[in-house]
Amino acid sequence: MARQTTKTSSAGSKKPATKSRKSTPKFSNDEIKKFYRDMLLIRRFEEKAGQIYGMGLIGGFCHLYIGQEAVVVGMQSTITENDAVITSYRDHGHMLACGMDPKGVMAELTGREGGYSKGKGGSMHMFSKEANFYGGHGIVGACVPLGTGLAFSQKYQGTKDATLCYMGDGTANQGQVYESFNMAELWGLPVVYVIENNEYAMGTSVKRSSAQTELYRRGESFNVPGEQVDGMDVFAVAEAGRKAIKWVRDGKGPYILEMKTYRYRGHSMSDPAKYRSKEEVNKKRAEHDPIELCRQRLLKDKIYSEDELKEIDREVKAIVADAVEFAQNSPEPAPEELYTDVVA
Amino acid sequence: MPTEILMPALSPTMTEGKLARWMVAEGDDVSSGDVLAEIETDKATMEVEAVDEGKIGKILIAADTDEVAVNTPIAVLLEDGEDASALDNFSASTAAPAETMAEPEPAAATPVAAVTTTEQPHDAYDASGEIPAGTETVKIAVREALRDAMAEEMRLDERVFVMGEEVAEYQGAYKVTQGLLDEFGARRVIDTPITEHGFAGVGVGTAFHGLRPIVEFMTFNFAMQAIDQIVNSAAKTRYMSGGQMESPIVFRGPNGAASRVAAQHSQCYASWYSHVPGLIVIAPHSAADAKGLLKAAIRNPNPVIFLENELLYGHSFEVPVMDDFVLPIGKAKIARPGDDVTFVSFGMGMEYSLAAAEALAGEGISAEVIDLRTIRPMDMDTVLASVRKTNRCVTVEEGWPQSGVGAEIAAQIMEHAFDYLDAPVMRVTGKNVPMPYAANLEKLALPSAEEVVQVAKSVCYRD
Repeated sequence: MARQTTKTSSAGSKKPATKSRKSTPKFSNDEIKKFYRDMLLIRRFEEKAGQIYGMGLIGGFCHLYIGQEAVVVGMQSTITENDAVITSYRDHGHMLACGMDPKGVMAELTGREGGYSKGKGGSMHMFSKEANFYGGHGIVGACVPLGTGLAFSQKYQGTKDATLCYMGDGTANQGQVYESFNMAELWGLPVVYVIENNEYAMGTSVKRSSAQTELYRRGESFNVPGEQVDGMDVFAVAEAGRKAIKWVRDGKGPYILEMKTYRYRGHSMSDPAKYRSKEEVNKKRAEHDPIELCRQRLLKDKIYSEDELKEIDREVKAIVADAVEFAQNSPEPAPEELYTDVVA
Repeated sequence: MPTEILMPALSPTMTEGKLARWMVAEGDDVSSGDVLAEIETDKATMEVEAVDEGKIGKILIAADTDEVAVNTPIAVLLEDGEDASALDNFSASTAAPAETMAEPEPAAATPVAAVTTTEQPHDAYDASGEIPAGTETVKIAVREALRDAMAEEMRLDERVFVMGEEVAEYQGAYKVTQGLLDEFGARRVIDTPITEHGFAGVGVGTAFHGLRPIVEFMTFNFAMQAIDQIVNSAAKTRYMSGGQMESPIVFRGPNGAASRVAAQHSQCYASWYSHVPGLIVIAPHSAADAKGLLKAAIRNPNPVIFLENELLYGHSFEVPVMDDFVLPIGKAKIARPGDDVTFVSFGMGMEYSLAAAEALAGEGISAEVIDLRTIRPMDMDTVLASVRKTNRCVTVEEGWPQSGVGAEIAAQIMEHAFDYLDAPVMRVTGKNVPMPYAANLEKLALPSAEEVVQVAKSVCYRD
């Protein structure tokens, strides 16, 4: 009996409100390998970022993505390099999944010249024109109209490109999100809104903040179809993502994917996370860890042996170690940089 | 090789904390994610998790120790296969907190602005060459000049489009976009829902992606709903991205008081936006400046706040008949030369200033009137050159006095031309109240030519 992993919201008459069931999607061995490796890179990168934060190498706020890796890795597997990506401030995983250099990301975290923003943006404000990654935005909600604008431009320019606009469950209560849903549907814009529902907006649970807790239904008033997905299962994410991307590329307007996910760490480094029990966290980690789920699949399908998995772990650790070394050795930005890049 | 576990910083401000409790003991195996210890910070009790796998070789700081400095080694972790003997040759850097990061080189001291006496004065900007001699002019209203500027730029550049409330089918709430829909179609002239925050953000997103949006606010009062996108998204992104991203976008619409629309529809935002690094702020007075500067704004690679005035929309001025009339951003214009006192103003304030200068001429006071045209970057060279000549300055604006444009000008004159002043710089501003509705009170709340005359006389010691 297949486990039900998605729920859908009908939007107008465009899409029937059937409950979709998990089929066994066809993922090639190479795709599965890439899922695993990409998720592992984010996990190890974030663990290391947490560690060097503790050493004082990273300042300010640092929001780790640990636990949510399947969302961005699964979604990014559905798009091409011409498509645009934008998110809020929990953004390290998105950048790595966009193919940005871990060295440049880590060096931005340490505020160094070699960082993507020359050390002037920090954890929450990084961009890569080359990777079509449009930030990295520190104001909750701001990335949603901005992402809608990226999709507007894609359509205006007559491309077939699409935008992945990520946000959290906290963002989903900002007014500008609904202004965006309205315009995106009105103008038929090619944007997939990915709501990463990790259950807590900082310390406030979805139940305590949201009158409608089924966030995939938040587009109903605007006829934007939505679907709830097991965001801890990279295969479910990728499958739902493929459908959503096809929908928006076909010119049918925006689509909402609510990813049920979980962050293992606090909201930011200084969050003691007293709003949830240790048992809750441990249960998620033990039973729903996205990387472990993917690892089991790799072993079960004999795609990788234990030894090969260990080798991948070593490779990924080496990449992260290199990134840290680069981020420690890259000089701080020159004092003259204080006054550059303000206006052109 | 054994590795040290350091006292972590668990918040941006933490420098030391209490090691409250060890959750592991020497000899325990730990793996990534295991809780090692509890630490009390200035904010809360936090758990420290293991990052690497291994065995706890030695605990260096006992439980219940206060004031443990960040980065002090608190334990030693043995790698897979190592035993306690590995510790023998391991000298932990216990004496002092590990130096994990070189102290940042102190940045070269920011040069302090040179004091007036040593400063080389810069010349005033000469606007006389902006319109070549002998150029034919035609008298048109500011409204048409703005429309022409947009239409010309839209003809030149496919990336330019207009969006806002009632800009298309309604032909513009104040008819500034009249005719654009007919010429450019619904793809490029876009009616939005009443959703300023949203469409301002959409506009910035299109600018990130390579378009050249013109976002019309029905009035700048409504842009308050969108100010986060203007300041946090449009203005700061170039800097935050280390120069990679830009937002070439024009936010335009009427600003300041119209007539009898009261407090929520009658505010000048010039000083608000002029506060923000990353923004260009333009506030033209004449039709020619409106046209030449709006064309420049649309071509500019930065976010531009273009402040118009509803009452000026219908005022007509001579506008040069030229194929491509573009004016420089950041340059003031001497709208009326004079010798005795300098008026510095912009937008609607120019009406009061010019009328006052005319009235004063009849009383033997020659006022030089400077139209700033651009509020940020502000052309202080032109202002200072004039003040060095007249030794007196009066600023005129409809906005409120505190932290206003006049306040900034006064401060800069004090910094750069203090020795030239024969009288304090005075400000004529909107009064320190929300705009009242009653006709008589509204009049009292706004600056007037009479008030400018009075203040000018006082700085000339002629009252």
